[in-house]
Amino acid sequence: MIRVFLVDDHELFRSGVRSALDPRRFEIVGEASDVEGALAGIRRTSPEVVLLDVHLPGGGGRAVIDGLAGDSARARFLALSVSDDAQDVIGVIRAGARGYVTKTIGPADLADAIERVHGGDAVFSPRLAGFVLDAFGGDVPVTQASDPELDQLTPREREVLRYIARGYAYKQVARQLSISARTVETHVSAVLRKLQLSSRYELTRWATDRRLV
Amino acid sequence: MSARTGSKVATASRRRRGLFARSATDRVVAGVAGGLAEALGVDAVVIRLAFVVLGLAGGFGLALYLIGWLASEDPISGAPRERSLPDSLTHSRHAVAVGFIAAGMLLLLRAAGIWFGDALVWSVALAAFGSAVIWTRSDDAGRARWTRLATRLQRGPVEAIALGRVTRWRLAMGTLLVIGGMSTFLAYHYSLGSLRNAAFAVFVAVAGLALILGPWTYQLARQLGDERRERIRSEERAEVAAHLHDSVLQTLALIQRASTPEEMSTLARGQERELRAWLSDRPPSSANGSRLLSAAVEEAAAGIEQRHRVRIDVVAVGDATLDDRLRALVDAATEAMANAARHSGARRISVYVEVAPDAVSAFVRDEGSGFDSARLPQDRRGIAESIVGRMERHGGVATVTSEPSEGTEVSLRMPWRAG
Repeated sequence: MIRVFLVDDHELFRSGVRSALDPRRFEIVGEASDVEGALAGIRRTSPEVVLLDVHLPGGGGRAVIDGLAGDSARARFLALSVSDDAQDVIGVIRAGARGYVTKTIGPADLADAIERVHGGDAVFSPRLAGFVLDAFGGDVPVTQASDPELDQLTPREREVLRYIARGYAYKQVARQLSISARTVETHVSAVLRKLQLSSRYELTRWATDRRLV
Repeated sequence: MSARTGSKVATASRRRRGLFARSATDRVVAGVAGGLAEALGVDAVVIRLAFVVLGLAGGFGLALYLIGWLASEDPISGAPRERSLPDSLTHSRHAVAVGFIAAGMLLLLRAAGIWFGDALVWSVALAAFGSAVIWTRSDDAGRARWTRLATRLQRGPVEAIALGRVTRWRLAMGTLLVIGGMSTFLAYHYSLGSLRNAAFAVFVAVAGLALILGPWTYQLARQLGDERRERIRSEERAEVAAHLHDSVLQTLALIQRASTPEEMSTLARGQERELRAWLSDRPPSSANGSRLLSAAVEEAAAGIEQRHRVRIDVVAVGDATLDDRLRALVDAATEAMANAARHSGARRISVYVEVAPDAVSAFVRDEGSGFDSARLPQDRRGIAESIVGRMERHGGVATVTSEPSEGTEVSLRMPWRAG
C-alpha cells in the first residue's frame, strides 16, 4: 500500500486519478489545489509519493518541492503536466522530482510510475527523455564550473534514453540492449542525477536556443 | 553581406562598396553612427557619444565622421534588416570597448596637442555622456513618458527646491559643492590647469547636483519602471485573452454542439495541439517561408490523428529546415504513421525524430498487433516498399521491425549535413 498525495489545481483531474488508482495498492491520503495547501497537507499526512502538477497557483510544483526541502519527511515527487514547456519540466526535475509523466498517461502506466518512484527509481516519459537528449546534446562551451562526469551522458545512457524517447518501456529497452531491467533502471537513475546536479548549459536556458542545429 | 555587395559592383550597380552600410532608419545626420552601431552590435548612442566627445577634441570627431561617411556605403534600401540583438553581456562589452577606444583617442589627441583644453573637453564629455544616455536612448514616446511622469511626481526639481522639500542641509551642502565645483572649473579654464584638477572640479559639481536631485531622480526612475511593467502586463493579458477567445472558446462552443464523442475528441485534440504550439511559441514556419522538420512531423501526425482515431506522441530532438531529403523522410514517416494507424490496432503511436550532425533519424512505433516480418501480408508489403523505396531514392535507409503481438517499428535514417 503506497500512501499518495495529489497536488493539482483541477478538481476533475484529481478525481480522475483517484478513480484510476487501484485502492488495494494505493491510498490517497490527501489532496491540494495550490502550493500552500500542498505544503500544509503533505506535512500533515506525510505521504510516500506526491503526484505534483508542474503548473500550480502560488508558484508551481517547484515551489512545493523547494518548500519541503528542509523537512525531515521524505516524500518522493512524480511530476505531472500537460505542458510541453521544457523549461518548467526540467525546473521541477532539478528541484528534486524523481520523474515526469504527461497527464495523458494511462491508468496502468500511472500506477507503474508511482510504484517506480516509490521504489526510488526514476521515471522518464518519452517526452522527458527527448528533453534530456536535447539538453545534453551538441557541443557546449565548457565553463570552468563544469564537471565532465556530470556534464555529459555516456553512450549507453544516451542509447537507453533514445529507446525511451521512441516509446519503449524499461523492460523492452532491456531486451533490445540485452541487459537486465535493473541495469536500465541504473542508467536512468544516473541520468536523473546528472540532470539534477549538472551545472552545464544552464539547463533551464537551453530551450530557447535549440531552434536549429 | 560583403559578398552580396560585391556581386552588385560586378553587375555595374551604382552602389558604392564600403566597409559598412549607413543606416537609413537610425540616423541623425547621415546615418554613419547608426550604421556603424549596427555593424558592431553596439547601441548607436555609444557611437554618437564617441563622435561628439572626439569632436570636442580639436574637431577630430568631425573629421572621423566624414571619413566614416566616405568609407561607408549607401543605406540598403527597402525594409530595414531586422536588427540582431546581441545579448546584453556582449552588448555592454562592446559598448565599454567603444568607450575605451574613444577615451584612448582623447588621451592620444591630448598628447598630440590637438586639444581645446582640459577643463572644457573633460567636463563636456561627462555632461554629454549623462544627458545623451538619458535622452537619446528613449524614443519619442519614451521621452513623452519621462516628461509625463515627471509632472506626475508630486515635486519637480525646481519645485522641490522652491517649496523647501529638500532638507536644508542637503540643499546647503549641494549648493556648496556645485559652487565649489564651478569655481574650480572656472579657475582652471583659463589657466589650462592639470587634468586632475579639472576632473576634480567636475566631480565635485556632479556630486553636489546628485545630492540635491538624487532622491527625485530615483523616484522618477522607479515610477518609470513600475509604469513600464504595468503596461507590459496589460498588453500580455490582452494578447492572451484575444488568443483564447479566437481558439479555445470557439472550440469549446463547437464541442458543446458536437453530437458524437469522436467528433468531440477530434476537436479537443486539434485544439490541444494548436494551444501547445502556441504555448511553446513554436513558429509554424521559419521566417523565409521554409518549414521546420519538427513542425512538419507534428502537422503530419495531427492529420493522421484526425483521420484515424489514434493518438500520436511526437518527440523531437533538435530541428532543421526542410530540404528535399528531409521532406522525403517526413513523407516516409507519415506513411508509416498512417500504416500503423490503419493496421496495427494500437491506440497510441510513438514518433521520435532526432537531428544529428550527420543524419536525421525518425522512428515510428506502435504496440499493436504486429506481423511476422518473414511473411508480410500482401497489403502491407506495398506500403513498406513505398516507405523503403522513397527513402532509398533519396539516399536514406528504412527498416521495418515487427513481431506478431509485439508491435511494429519503422526506423528511417537520412544522411544529412547540418548547415
